[in-house]
Amino acid sequence: MASRLMALWNWFDARMPTAAEQWRIHAAEYYAPKNFNFWYFFGSLALLVLVIQIVSGIFLTMNYKPDAALAFGSVEYIMRDVPGGWIIRYIHSTGASAFFIVVYLHMFRGLLYGSYKQPRELVWIFGVVIYLSLMGEAFFGYLLPWGQMSYWGAQVIVNLFGTVPFIGPDLALWIRGDYVVSDATLNRFFALHVIALPLVLLGLVVVHLLALHDVGSNNPDGVDIKKVKDANGHPVDGIPFHPYYTVKDIMGAVVFLGVFCFVLFFVPEVGGYFLEYNNFIPADPLKTPPHIAPVWYFTPYYSILRAVPPLFNSQFPGVLAMGVAVLIFFFLPWLDRSPVKSIRYRGSLWKAALAIFVVVFLVLGYLGTEPTTVWGQFKDPWNILDTKDVATWVARLCSIVYFLFFFLMPWYTARDSVKPVPERVTA
Amino acid sequence: MSEQVKVDPQRRTLVIAASAVGGAAAVGAAVPFVMSLWPSERAKAAGAPVEVDISKLAPGELGVYEWRGKPVWVMRRTQAMLNDIKQDDAKVSDPQSSVDQQPAYAKNEYRSAKPELMVLVGVCTHLGCSPKLKGPADKAEMGADWNGGFYCPCHGSKFDLAGRVFKGSPAPKNLEVPPYTYLSETTVLIGEDKEKKGA
Repeated sequence: MASRLMALWNWFDARMPTAAEQWRIHAAEYYAPKNFNFWYFFGSLALLVLVIQIVSGIFLTMNYKPDAALAFGSVEYIMRDVPGGWIIRYIHSTGASAFFIVVYLHMFRGLLYGSYKQPRELVWIFGVVIYLSLMGEAFFGYLLPWGQMSYWGAQVIVNLFGTVPFIGPDLALWIRGDYVVSDATLNRFFALHVIALPLVLLGLVVVHLLALHDVGSNNPDGVDIKKVKDANGHPVDGIPFHPYYTVKDIMGAVVFLGVFCFVLFFVPEVGGYFLEYNNFIPADPLKTPPHIAPVWYFTPYYSILRAVPPLFNSQFPGVLAMGVAVLIFFFLPWLDRSPVKSIRYRGSLWKAALAIFVVVFLVLGYLGTEPTTVWGQFKDPWNILDTKDVATWVARLCSIVYFLFFFLMPWYTARDSVKPVPERVTA
Repeated sequence: MSEQVKVDPQRRTLVIAASAVGGAAAVGAAVPFVMSLWPSERAKAAGAPVEVDISKLAPGELGVYEWRGKPVWVMRRTQAMLNDIKQDDAKVSDPQSSVDQQPAYAKNEYRSAKPELMVLVGVCTHLGCSPKLKGPADKAEMGADWNGGFYCPCHGSKFDLAGRVFKGSPAPKNLEVPPYTYLSETTVLIGEDKEKKGA
């Protein structure tokens, strides 16, 4: 039997040696630093969630109807009448939030250990493009259940494009395909969500990994492991990805799936954060919900959007600020002028800046889920720039700090005191 | 690339020309796809502007017209009504229409292109119910200082005859003013700006 299998393999290998070669390059002989820690789980977890989303998504499309008259009902049909439909739907909705949690932690790992720095700038840039595509994917997908929040969220976001000077109104019309968010909009968002962006995402993931495997993985010490090689030409501080990291990542996946299943089975809505309560009401173009908030993963940017006061009677400055807040990640490899990569060998300036950035990002994220009146109002005469809302002012301060983190980065990273980086990774 | 490769200039020219033609064809091929995202003829027909003959409206009478599935209110306001609107300035939360709820030509206290003609989308900015007209005669119900305006029966938002929301109402913004343009002294086209028509 074994010899038969071996013969079959030899037959295959003779005709397509690429398969074994790629396995060697990307798994069995891909030498990754031996000191990967907790933060290195999230790359493979993101891949796992992508697979979960694709599989659950395929099964959802089998019963979902992309039609303004039928969409909401078809989601309820999936939830109530399709055998196992509720679990597939909750897998997909939980997976959407899980995707962003994992990706945010993955990006934070990059900040911790300077993974975006030379020579991994392209890896980072492809990663940011993945992040942008993921935002698009989530936004298009959120319209599909055709609930109140789907509808009005899409209305608000599409109207953001309407604030672009000169071409704005036409641009919004072109995106919607109608004068309001309507059946035409739902149909095209469905097409983008189920085929266009998933294809883009898959392609980008391949490019992200190929770029990574060309330069090799960074590590918590930010040390180049290729500097010290053994007699066989393998890095002394590297271990083959397979089996060492496949096994480690499987362990991570098991823990992750445990948490995932807990959410899935016990708190799939997560108190309105993963699935907003208003979205269990069918979309009604004539009834605006009193408080429109995006899902949590967009709220830091939504906060920035709301924090910028209208200038020259236009919301466009806010839209611009929001766009810059996302796109600025592209420039991180060049904004960071520190000679060292890892936070372990950086000074207090960087540590403080990063800590403040995390706090600000979380505060902005929280405020974006709440109405601007959440923290009450200042007493008269504290009516500055047209608002008395405490939360708006906190959001404004946080937005400024958010941008300062990036804009001042060339200055404080160059001046930061750094510790000597060891030649080899530390145990 | 240490070896010097002889470039045939004629071939290179042909390659460049072919690439340019191919590129142009690719751009051309994208046109129908980009165009397909514009509103379809059916959507355009459903969203077409509505012509309203205001000569048939008595002063103070409220005409209701449907545009893009929403009720649009048209009213010829009397001078007395306009005076009342001026009086409301202190009681409304956005007297000068600073919130973007109207075309530029309606960004004034009467919220209209010509003071006398009111054109509003009759949908409450709170939860989208349609408010009701309450005249000065409804003082008993609306309070002694009521000069006439609109009252939303769902959650009690109050608007004056310029669609400006009174302070203390649950509605956050003034009523929306749709784009409109005068075709003549007595005909108004709802749903289209002057500027747009020229373009």
